[in-house]
Amino acid sequence: MSTTVSQLDQVKSGPWNGGRSPFAMEYGKVMMWFFLVSDAFTFSAFLIYYGAQRFAQVTWPNPDDVFQSIPFIADHGFPLVFVGIMTFILIMSSVTMVLAVEAGHRNSKKEVVGWMIATIIGGLMFLGCQGLEWSHLHHEGYWWASIPSHYEGVDKLGAQQFANLFFTITGFHGFHVTTGVIINIIILCMTLANVFEKRGTYLMIEKVGLYWHFVDLVWVFVFTFFYLV
Amino acid sequence: MSAENSHIEHGQEEHHADMSKKQIWKVFFYLLAITCLEFFIALVLVYNGPLEKGPLVNFVYIALTLVKAYYIVAYFMHLKFEKMGFIISTLIVFVFIIYFIILLLTEGSYLGVHLNHVFG
Repeated sequence: MSTTVSQLDQVKSGPWNGGRSPFAMEYGKVMMWFFLVSDAFTFSAFLIYYGAQRFAQVTWPNPDDVFQSIPFIADHGFPLVFVGIMTFILIMSSVTMVLAVEAGHRNSKKEVVGWMIATIIGGLMFLGCQGLEWSHLHHEGYWWASIPSHYEGVDKLGAQQFANLFFTITGFHGFHVTTGVIINIIILCMTLANVFEKRGTYLMIEKVGLYWHFVDLVWVFVFTFFYLV
Repeated sequence: MSAENSHIEHGQEEHHADMSKKQIWKVFFYLLAITCLEFFIALVLVYNGPLEKGPLVNFVYIALTLVKAYYIVAYFMHLKFEKMGFIISTLIVFVFIIYFIILLLTEGSYLGVHLNHVFG
């Protein structure tokens, strides 16, 4: 009997020959990415519809006139300042999340806990700011199917689309931030309970981090298209 | 499950270049600088300054937004350090989004021409 192995029976070791992840990624992380791609499609659809409405309407409210308040400080006269603070808070909480992931790679539980708490605080601060922004606009008369009375004639059409889309899109984004904060709190509790310590890897922090950065990424686009353009 | 996780983490993801704290803060300052630049354009050049809101300013805003998106996805979400096959399989689907943008904006401006005709 021959002992030589034929060409076909030799063990292949390429990345796509099975037995391991061809992307060299853990299953849950790949699935988180694919979920985020699908979520990006949802947000894209919202924002593209918003763009189509802006192209279609005869007039559109000027964001510099609509967003002029800083809660507790000034009612009007400061365009973009408050949303600037919100943007800074969200970028900041994104950085603390990467630092948590980085600490996780070094299996440093103490640092992970610290940075996760900072991230959760950042998320809650952003949600608080969004609540203030919403209540301010609501007091001015903006809401779903409602606009302030100073809009007249054809201006009403664009203003109504603006109000509906603003609350729908920032609301959907705020919902994502809320779930992100809840997931962060769950992961923080799991870290404190030594779940990842026993598992030997803090990969879960990385997966949650992906979701959190995605929320930040969406805000970058919402900020540009609602507040700047 | 946990055994599999640690196997992949230690066996295959080991060679990935990790972001050092210094790099993380560098990316943060890029993002902050781009955001400040956007505010500078919006407040100093457009709101209190000579520039008018329009296609040119919007083009600059969108270009800066895409740069910010690149930094977040590539460095914070670590996509730049994944395998090329994964990067392609994640990003290729966005051709549909580009097509959708072209379709809906064309449709929107067509409607806009008609509404302008009716109301304007």
